Amino acid sequence: MSKQYETVIGLEVHVELATKTKIFCGCSTAFGGEPNTHTCPVCTGMPGSLPVLNKQVLEYAVAVGLATNCTITQYCKFDRKNYFYPDNPQNYQISQLYLPICRNGKVEIETEAGKKFVGIHEIHMEEDAGKLIHDEWDDCSLVDYNRSGVPLIEIVSEPDMRSAEEVIAYLEKLRMTIQYLGASDCKLQEGSMRADVNLSIREVGAKEFGTRTEMKNLNSFKAIARAIEGERERQIDLLELGEKVMQETRRWDDNKGESYAMRSKEDAQDYRYFPDPDLVPIVLDDAFLEEIRAKQPEFREEKMRRYKQEFDIPEYDIEIITGSKRMADLFEATVAIGSQPKKVSNWLMVETLRLLKENNMDPEDIRFSPENLAKLISLTDTKAINSSVAKEVFEVMFTENVDPEKYVEEKGLKTVNDEGALRKTVEEVIANNPQSVDDYRNGKEKAIGFLVGQTMKAMKGKADPGMVNQILKELL
Amino acid sequence: MKILEMTAVELGAAIKNKEVTVREAAEAVLEQIEKQEEKLHCYVTVDREGALKQAEEVQKKIDAGEFSGPLAGVPVAIKDNMCTEGMLTTCSSRILGNFVPTFSSEAVLNLQNAGAVILGKTNMDEFAMGSTTETSAFGVTRNPWNPEHVPGGSSGGSAAAVAAQECFYALGSDTGGSIRQPASFCGVVGLKPTYGSVSRYGLIAYGSSLDQIGPLCKDVRDCATIMEIIATHDPKDSTSVERQDTDFTAALVENVEGMRIGIPRDYFGEGLDPEVKSAVLNAAAVLKEKGALVEEFDLSLVEYAIPAYYTIAAAEASSNLERFDGIKYGYRTAEYEGLHNMYKKSRSEGFGAEVKRRIMLGSFVLSSGYYDAYYLKALRVKALIKKAFDQAFEKYDVILGPVAPTTAPKLGESLSDPIKMYLGDIYTISVNLAGLPGLSMPCGLDGKGLPIGVQLIGDCFQEKKLIQTAYTYEKARGAFGRKEEENV
Repeated sequence: MSKQYETVIGLEVHVELATKTKIFCGCSTAFGGEPNTHTCPVCTGMPGSLPVLNKQVLEYAVAVGLATNCTITQYCKFDRKNYFYPDNPQNYQISQLYLPICRNGKVEIETEAGKKFVGIHEIHMEEDAGKLIHDEWDDCSLVDYNRSGVPLIEIVSEPDMRSAEEVIAYLEKLRMTIQYLGASDCKLQEGSMRADVNLSIREVGAKEFGTRTEMKNLNSFKAIARAIEGERERQIDLLELGEKVMQETRRWDDNKGESYAMRSKEDAQDYRYFPDPDLVPIVLDDAFLEEIRAKQPEFREEKMRRYKQEFDIPEYDIEIITGSKRMADLFEATVAIGSQPKKVSNWLMVETLRLLKENNMDPEDIRFSPENLAKLISLTDTKAINSSVAKEVFEVMFTENVDPEKYVEEKGLKTVNDEGALRKTVEEVIANNPQSVDDYRNGKEKAIGFLVGQTMKAMKGKADPGMVNQILKELL
Repeated sequence: MKILEMTAVELGAAIKNKEVTVREAAEAVLEQIEKQEEKLHCYVTVDREGALKQAEEVQKKIDAGEFSGPLAGVPVAIKDNMCTEGMLTTCSSRILGNFVPTFSSEAVLNLQNAGAVILGKTNMDEFAMGSTTETSAFGVTRNPWNPEHVPGGSSGGSAAAVAAQECFYALGSDTGGSIRQPASFCGVVGLKPTYGSVSRYGLIAYGSSLDQIGPLCKDVRDCATIMEIIATHDPKDSTSVERQDTDFTAALVENVEGMRIGIPRDYFGEGLDPEVKSAVLNAAAVLKEKGALVEEFDLSLVEYAIPAYYTIAAAEASSNLERFDGIKYGYRTAEYEGLHNMYKKSRSEGFGAEVKRRIMLGSFVLSSGYYDAYYLKALRVKALIKKAFDQAFEKYDVILGPVAPTTAPKLGESLSDPIKMYLGDIYTISVNLAGLPGLSMPCGLDGKGLPIGVQLIGDCFQEKKLIQTAYTYEKARGAFGRKEEENV
């Protein structure tokens, strides 16, 4: 390869908004209901039904637009995108083409190469389609409209990215921003965040863009990175062979590590967009925008700066904790109750992360409350329970959000601070383990560990190991 | 007085006074339907059993004082493009030939909550596309005044049913004149309300930005009374307006003293039948005699209304009718290979010629490369037409003109020349483009004995001025309508 190539990437990111109800009707957006149970005449396209915009969708879209430095379109409209497919009950999707809600934004990303801005061309609101299920056995197709009408925003970037690394940084940035706003949980695997990659290559220094392809079906950051590498190489190979890149939509197969063409530009449909006459134009006054602006949260960068000043915890901890809005909220709420930041951070960084990983969960799925975490920390602070009991209680709290005080009480897990009782148990242990006692007395320091263990066991773990150690040494 | 000759309000009062039972009223009208339907075919569906059952239930509620409104117990007919829960709703199209909705349209619910007894669903031009009711997939409706003639359209079934005493009043829908023109052809009163006054929820859309439900009835009092029931704000329809001035019956005042009435010269030019012209101008003269200030003026832009209308309505229709694909409900072709073929065959077999013509026209004007030249330009024309009306309403309270260039044509005359049929909408469609209210009422008969209608157009939300003018004219004009013994 003699020539040097540059990759030019733009992204279309679909984000499912976290509204309780759909964009144009009152049906639930909850994931995983029985097929066609979260439906009504509107989201199944029954004759005579009419859409009414969910105001929360508008608020979320504007919030994301403001957080990504967009200009908000204060007179905006919905348009119909007409195409026939059974997942689309009206055979048109209500979307925005002519006057999208947000335009001309930008976000700053940071990679090893440094900081740069990625432009946002526009953000528009639209409805999701239903889901087709192909029954190979019966040779028929079924459609589930539960997802039909779930609100989406599509964030269209400028072709400002040059590498997979920048793409991932941009997506992380969007995800973090949107999660902080509470506008979506942005889970790639579950499809609440989906990215299509528009990619072209050109010789380094060239002014014109090359012909681009659009890559679909990218379900993880890793798949996105692999697809970008794969598509870059495919396009370079074509050019090196003197062939042309076709403008087309391709589908990425992450298992095979390759893509195949879905449809070319020639097959491109004419969507016959026009303003939806069933929906009135949306007029957003300055007061509405101010109201949304005032509700913008402290985003990650600001939070990280503040944590560094306010809390004496390692920078690495700050990065992890602020990497999830849920985690950061939990941290701050627990500290606010009075727990020591370092201890809260420890519980989050060690036990919480371990259990999340073991259970294959996202920080967003954390169920336990800051009140309960604070109680647990307080129980260990006052030595009411020892650290191994604390871990045990934490695991239960993690799965069931139990009140640790009540749980410890009910299960009788409190450390026995009654020195008399403890001393009695230690005496028994000494009497029952003459060999270890001898070993210790003969200078084998380690033997005391065994005796502490035996005492803890006899106490069913409810003793303070420090105290046990002290009494043992004294008696021996 | 014979039951069938009563107006809806008269019947409502008779029921309230226990002079007539709801069942008697329902039976009388069902008998009339039985007698005449074979000849006239006003209905697609007559729900005889359901109507009698409703009659019993409504009677009980009237007796219990739950229903006390003026139209409680009065039998009504509904145009077949309004959804009625559990009752076939076809839009007179093969593609919805088996469609039974799961909910009722808001206007129908409003009537039911006022104690209406629903007789059935009236015939119409397929998907409300047409001006004669001849494009119905289920056969033509004939004009009760002369069965050789069409009843007009697209609400031809509703208008004919009122004229033939096969109901006491009916609901129609008007996208480009579909209430007013058949009202004119059948000699009844019809009102297209201001856009947004009556909820479109449950109305199967033709041109969403133009469609409006309204009454077809025997006189102006009925018209005002029905409007008070159906003009309600509906949060399920984003284009529904919250109006405070819906006391339409308060405008039933016999007085046009000082009412400024404008007569657009543009509406009386070439193409207008001389008999229609003289009858309409005579109505204006009557109002002048009653104290109205009548003068001629130039409205302008009238010739652009038809192309703008057919562009916008067809564009919206092409999209609105996409949902009829044979997948979820309605007609599906018997044999097909694959999805695309199923769509194509189901729609080719399910839609009639006029509907296909408008779908093609609408798809064309929205296509990439033509959108600006046709659709956007039509929207600009629409805005200019609205402006022309705004200027007129600075000077006039009411605009008076013909409803249609001629009286009802003979069956089979119109469809052979669609352009001529489209041109017949010239006086009605501007009203839809501008979102205005328009009222049609009889003002005479032509030499063939067919009714002639006069149209009163008001500014947005000025239905009460129309009702007051129409009521005054009606009183001066005297009785109009067909006696039972005249029925075929």
